[in-house]
Amino acid sequence: MKKLSQAGLMSIPVVIICLATLWFFPMWRIDMRAPQYPDGLSMQIWINDVKGDVPIINGLNHYIGMKTIHQEDFLEFVFMPVSIAFFMAAGILIMVLKKKILYYCWTGIFLVIALLSFGDFYRWEYNYGHQLDPNPPIKVPGMSYQPPLIGYKKLLNFEVLSQPDVAGWFYIASGLILVGITYYEWKKK
Amino acid sequence: MKRLSLMLGLAVATTAAMQSCKMKTAATAVQGDAASKTYVAPGKYDEIYNFVSGGFNGQVSVYGLPSGRLLKVIPVFAVNPENGYGYSEETKAMLNTTNGLIPWDDQHHLDLSQTNGEQDGRWLFANANNTPRVARIDLTTFKTMEILQIPNSAGNHSSPFITENTEYVVAGTRFSVPLGSEDVPISSFKDNFHSTASFISVDKNSGKMDLAFQIVLPGMNLDLSHAGKGPSHDWFFFSSYNTEQAYTLLEVNASQKDKDYIVAVNWKKAEEYAKAGKGKKVPATYAHNTYDEHKQTATSEIKNEVLLLDPKDCPDMVYMIPCPKSPHGCDIDPSGEYIVGSGKLAALIPVFSFSKMTKAIAGKQFEGDFKGIPIIKYEAALHGEVQKPGLGPLHTEFDGKGNAYTSMFLSSEVVKWSLKDLQVLDRVPTYYSVGHLMIPGGDTRKPGGKYLVAYNKITKDRFLPTGPELAQSAQLYDISGDKMQLILDFPTFGEPHYAQACQASLIKDKQVKYYDINKNGHDYVTMGEKKANVVRKGNRVDIYMTAIRSHLVPDNIEGVFVGDEVYFHVTNLEQDWDIPHGFAIKNNPNAELLIMPGETVTLKFSPDKQGIYPFYCTDFCSALHQEMSGYLRVSPKGANVPLKFGTGETVTSVAAK
Ligand SMILES: [Cu+2]
Repeated sequence: MKKLSQAGLMSIPVVIICLATLWFFPMWRIDMRAPQYPDGLSMQIWINDVKGDVPIINGLNHYIGMKTIHQEDFLEFVFMPVSIAFFMAAGILIMVLKKKILYYCWTGIFLVIALLSFGDFYRWEYNYGHQLDPNPPIKVPGMSYQPPLIGYKKLLNFEVLSQPDVAGWFYIASGLILVGITYYEWKKK
Repeated sequence: MKRLSLMLGLAVATTAAMQSCKMKTAATAVQGDAASKTYVAPGKYDEIYNFVSGGFNGQVSVYGLPSGRLLKVIPVFAVNPENGYGYSEETKAMLNTTNGLIPWDDQHHLDLSQTNGEQDGRWLFANANNTPRVARIDLTTFKTMEILQIPNSAGNHSSPFITENTEYVVAGTRFSVPLGSEDVPISSFKDNFHSTASFISVDKNSGKMDLAFQIVLPGMNLDLSHAGKGPSHDWFFFSSYNTEQAYTLLEVNASQKDKDYIVAVNWKKAEEYAKAGKGKKVPATYAHNTYDEHKQTATSEIKNEVLLLDPKDCPDMVYMIPCPKSPHGCDIDPSGEYIVGSGKLAALIPVFSFSKMTKAIAGKQFEGDFKGIPIIKYEAALHGEVQKPGLGPLHTEFDGKGNAYTSMFLSSEVVKWSLKDLQVLDRVPTYYSVGHLMIPGGDTRKPGGKYLVAYNKITKDRFLPTGPELAQSAQLYDISGDKMQLILDFPTFGEPHYAQACQASLIKDKQVKYYDINKNGHDYVTMGEKKANVVRKGNRVDIYMTAIRSHLVPDNIEGVFVGDEVYFHVTNLEQDWDIPHGFAIKNNPNAELLIMPGETVTLKFSPDKQGIYPFYCTDFCSALHQEMSGYLRVSPKGANVPLKFGTGETVTSVAAK
């Protein structure tokens, strides 16, 4: 079995540190702005919580019959920290064993987790945007309220911007490192 | 048409001959670029908060400058049905006095708190002239937090002026009265009537006021006041009139003497005497009302004693400076050296020098005494006189560049003059009959030299007419150049007497946006809709109600009877800026409520007729505001209707008895 190169080895703690930011910073943010909210409303999604102007957003959402958002309704907030923690632990093991093949697997697992999380996020947004109370106070024909997965969208009079937050950028960086190093190791053999 | 306006112009010119040779009418008084100087574009903020006394409406209004836009009316000494101030169970105590709840007053002067002689944007103090009171308004919430009644006083006019570090707020008597409540003939004025200068200490951190001591002065009228600054820090100066000690037909009898006095009080000495036990504790009842932010409720405490300091027992504490004819304003320049007296019947403005005054005291340059209080020789304390300034000088403020600006009531103008050589530099007409004027920070060590506002008593042709009573006006002048320039006039609410203004930046960012519901310590708070409840005790019914966009919980209440005392304790659960909810009940003779986010307020309702009483939110809070309502069923006394309440899915639950 091929040994990991020096660069490959060094990338592991970097990736682990990048991922550790998930416990200290929000990973995603959804910003909203409308004329009656000049300072804007903002919701930050953490690895295990959702923070920001959630009560105000919930209050607004009740007009259109959207479900209110509560931390305890998300199994993701349990699974996410556990799976990322395991992933980080696996990194330490690979650092000890120094096997290339394990590094490739590690990258693979990362991509699977990333893909699943994004898929889950989309499903989450879809459900909130579409599964509306059949008797809402305000019903706009043909309107659904799914926020953008990433980027900008106009929902009624609200402008909505969805983008990674601090830890999200570190998460993306760790993905780029993993793929980059995998490619580099692959080429080297 | 041209001829007509020319003739009108001539008429104005003859009556305004004193002012200027150029004819000025409502239309021609403003130059071309005035609008651009006061235009605040939509979405932009004003530079300055202007706090204006409300006169007979007992309130304080807040304007933005330079736009002149009314931002808020703060109820202080007057009940306000708009938001329930003075009507809600929480705020009734604020207007309590030893004569019961007094729902109105005559609010004349304001002072912004200071640190080191500069505005610190913490509190605004306001006086009540009629039932002597002093109030403190918190500038993070624009709410009245405290009201202190002043005993042994009538016509609390020279108030609420403050010292440089807000150590004391003063309250001087306009109408002398007997101390205590003894029954004496009015003709015994000279023997039995006194004026008092009350010193209210202010706690550095909380702002809490306390009547520290009163200085007993001879029977006369104290008019206005200002504290010294810098070198004169230890002193307070009061203007006085009716030192003739007349008690009838004052218009003649109080204008006999050539000179009245400026009363110079060494408050540091007074403080020492008070601490050293030189004062006399005498019985006096007065109310002290405080609003507890945590409990969101005001309490009224009746105090029973006051400490009197008699100048006879306290040497070097009080001196008199002669000042020509019935001085009104008593204003200290930013350096603290000059004391400007404004004899409202005098044809000159005397300017006294603080250093000369202290020298005169040290050299005992006295010309006798007034009821035992030494009178300093006029010339010994005088810096000089401003000659022919105009007629009826009332009040002076400063621009920090060595200039003084005096309002002239009789000749209806503002006159700018130099402190150094006492020469008149400029004059502009006012529309009409100016009372006080104000420069932002113009009575502090650091005046803002950009604007001056004149507060006028009469408006005639300035605004669209509104029947027999017209609005008073405030006029904004640009004073940044050599010549004063009128740039705006705007109508005012109530009759402003004095005003204060400061840079918006001092206050704007400190605003409380909403109250943290988790810190709500109100005795009747409802922490969440699940806690909503109705509790009966005898004929008292307490309703624990919540308000959030767009419903009230409970919104159906039954089992209330004619003759019950129903207390609606409404908690606004919102945690968002500018989302108050209102609360009103059909036919309630009381008032309505405005409940700020995170706040609990109580409205009492005593139904005396059976029926269904709708209640609803009065502050348009959301798209479903009209739906934010409910019903109270009031049944005849003794009816067999169980106590029930609920909202929507929570169904009507029955309260355990
Ligand atoms: Cu409402």
